[in-house]
Amino acid sequence: MNQVSPGSAGGPLEPVENRPQPAKKSLNLGDYAERFALVGAWLVVIVVFSILAPHTFFNVRNFTTMFGTQTTLVMLALALLIPLTAGDYDLSVAATLTMSGMVVAVLNANHGVPIGVAIVIALALGALIGLVNGFFVMVFDIDPFIVTLGTGTVILGLTLWISGSQTISGVSNWLSSWVVERRLFGISLEFYYGLLLCVLLWYIFDFTAIGRRILFVGRGTNVARLSGIRVGRVRWGCFVAAGIIAAAAGVLYTGTAGASDPTSGSTFLLPAFAAAFLGSTTITPGRFNPWGTFIAVYFLATGITGLAILGVQTWVQNVFYGGALVIAVSASQVVKKRHERAARL
Amino acid sequence: MDQTLVVRNLSMTFGGQRALDDVSLSIRRGEVHGLVGQNGCGKSTLIKILAGYHHPDPGGELEIDGRPVKLPVRTGSASELGLSFVHQDLGLLPSLTVVENFRAWRISTTSEWFIRWGQERKRTAEAFARFGVEIDPRARITDLPAVQRALVAIVRALDDLGEYTKNDDTRGGLLILDEPTVFLPRSDRDRLFDVVRKSVALGASVLFVSHDLDEALAVTDRVTVLRDGRVEGTVTSAETEKDQLVELIIGRRLEAFEASHRTHTVGEGSHVSVADVCGGTIKNVSFALNEGEVLGLTGLVGSGFEELPYQMFGATPAVSGRMTIAGADHDLATMSPAAAIKAGMALIPADRQGSAGVGSLLVRDNVMLQVIDQYRPYRLERGRYLKDARGALHQYDVRPPEPMMDFQALSGGNQQKVVLAKWLQAAPKVLLVHEPTQGVDVGARLQVFETITRAAAKGMSVVCASSDYEQLAAICDRVLVFHDGQIMSTLVGDEITKDRITEQCYMSARTVRPDEDTRVPA
Repeated sequence: MNQVSPGSAGGPLEPVENRPQPAKKSLNLGDYAERFALVGAWLVVIVVFSILAPHTFFNVRNFTTMFGTQTTLVMLALALLIPLTAGDYDLSVAATLTMSGMVVAVLNANHGVPIGVAIVIALALGALIGLVNGFFVMVFDIDPFIVTLGTGTVILGLTLWISGSQTISGVSNWLSSWVVERRLFGISLEFYYGLLLCVLLWYIFDFTAIGRRILFVGRGTNVARLSGIRVGRVRWGCFVAAGIIAAAAGVLYTGTAGASDPTSGSTFLLPAFAAAFLGSTTITPGRFNPWGTFIAVYFLATGITGLAILGVQTWVQNVFYGGALVIAVSASQVVKKRHERAARL
Repeated sequence: MDQTLVVRNLSMTFGGQRALDDVSLSIRRGEVHGLVGQNGCGKSTLIKILAGYHHPDPGGELEIDGRPVKLPVRTGSASELGLSFVHQDLGLLPSLTVVENFRAWRISTTSEWFIRWGQERKRTAEAFARFGVEIDPRARITDLPAVQRALVAIVRALDDLGEYTKNDDTRGGLLILDEPTVFLPRSDRDRLFDVVRKSVALGASVLFVSHDLDEALAVTDRVTVLRDGRVEGTVTSAETEKDQLVELIIGRRLEAFEASHRTHTVGEGSHVSVADVCGGTIKNVSFALNEGEVLGLTGLVGSGFEELPYQMFGATPAVSGRMTIAGADHDLATMSPAAAIKAGMALIPADRQGSAGVGSLLVRDNVMLQVIDQYRPYRLERGRYLKDARGALHQYDVRPPEPMMDFQALSGGNQQKVVLAKWLQAAPKVLLVHEPTQGVDVGARLQVFETITRAAAKGMSVVCASSDYEQLAAICDRVLVFHDGQIMSTLVGDEITKDRITEQCYMSARTVRPDEDTRVPA
């Protein structure tokens, strides 16, 4: 920081025209390689499985299934992305997903509440969970990691309670019709919901002032605060947004199956983290970003689908996702160090 | 054996600059020896060489208790050599108890499998008793008042010296106190000095580093003055007046920066007025600020001057106080940065990487943060947004003027220009800066001065908190000198020279009002 740069020993501010324009820094090949490494890896995985299982893996049906069945995970990972960008962990998103799906099922199937109303209630519940998370984090100044670990467990408990620990089926066909049955270009509609959300978050993070502010809050809380950003409000808002999106993911999850069970939703937590961290190594390396996350989800899904087709047993799913998380976090750390080193030179 | 520490011909060069220049110094057995001088005179360099942090230039010699010590001093060997340090931050673990802190000191050197805490407590209590201090070894550091914390640190350091002198009459040992009193109220300092006197009575020697000359003269036998890395003289405390000491510290040089730059006229009538600010070290401070005026705030470490900009901006809350900007009244107890910005203020903090800009984000986003709302959302990636960012970098001569690189990739001086550009773009009425040229190279330093004085010439009021007296002399229209949280003197016009400011900082310590000592320690 204290280094004397040879270029800076100039006089006072002189008119712009008199100074030589510096050559524009162009993106070099290394940067491109870094940005699209995951896309490349994804293509390699597809090619390898296509060679190993030319009939079962490399056909249109398999691909439309693969694309059509990952939206719950896409949405959950995108939900996670928002507090992560603001510098906070939210471990309650998977529980929110489970509860929201269950609330829709219970209200609609057991109590005859119209499906539309049930969905709205589920989303409101997601917002409430975000509010509660934010309340504990902001008002008592507690590490969100601990708060959301606690609230997530509470939510799972409440889900078991409202469902009587049973799988609830008989949810209105209207929901599954609009989630999985209707197709566009052969892929279930839900894929496009995930895509739409991804576009929306991309717009917010990259093109709006609030997106920039969230980024400043996450990277330099003190800088953000001293720049007049209401840090507490921003972080709180991010928890609420995560709660709503996680709840939406829960609605889709129930729509996919036409039923809701009180436990399986929590298995999404780790893959969602893996996707968010893996996504931060690509497209905009060193930053959590929606497109990277989107690609990461499908990269992971392709790997698992391929292995399943080759006949590898289900335990591989845990090994794959867990390994991916650790590797992704290590890779994002390497990316960060590389950027810091580049900055020092 | 009568010399505890002998330093001969010690020099230290940092990147072509002499931080210490042929320094020789000796401390007698049982002596309290003062070390004084301005910031950057080489005091801390000397201490850090003794602690083994710095490797001095070859040629210097060091002797402790008559035994030659090889330079550079091996890191971590201080206690074997008979040196024991107490730094300004005291080095205590606040959440642990007194006895645990005592124990932690030696935990690295012993390897027992079972610590007998009862015995440890007894040992600690004995150490306190030896120096006439009464502190419960079971108390947690956080629960102790500031003066007792300082005592714990000092007795711990003396206890450590005890290990070194045990069973060897030729050994005295040296306790090095590196400004441990800065954050203490004066009335409490006497208790520390009692301990210091007891320790020399027991055969140790003390090197006492201080900014407070009254204190240095009162507690020491002799004082060595450093200036620009050289020993300016060693005087006997009892025969020396404070003015003589100040003269040695400042020297008789002519000012490099004279007040000639002050050509703009300061507007009439107070534009900003601050009344009765209390909080932190600050006690009941009021001042007014005119349109286009550059007001300097300064003082010695611990005087609290640097807290004011943060309190005015709502970055650290004041307990009470009011501020009026262009007729609008604000309560400083409920001030927030967001409200301060709305009121037309800008703060450029000293901590550039931690508080002023985000190193891992683009220069573009750092420089545009305050004006981002002026752009249509879909324009935020390129177009006018990027063009304006580049324009701002050119205007403030950031080199290179490349918006798409990380903030942390810029040199300190250029980072500071980006931060200035960020805030001045928003055209604030009041600009608060804290140490604006810390870690900034010489060329950029002049540009920062120029930028600040230009902004003032356009009618912006500037508050500059700094302990860089040369900088204050260069840019300020008026300088307030603080001591113990209050304004002790005001310098205006031709009085504003580096020497006058330095003198006032040291001299203002003399005129302490009696009611000041009632401050409750933090």
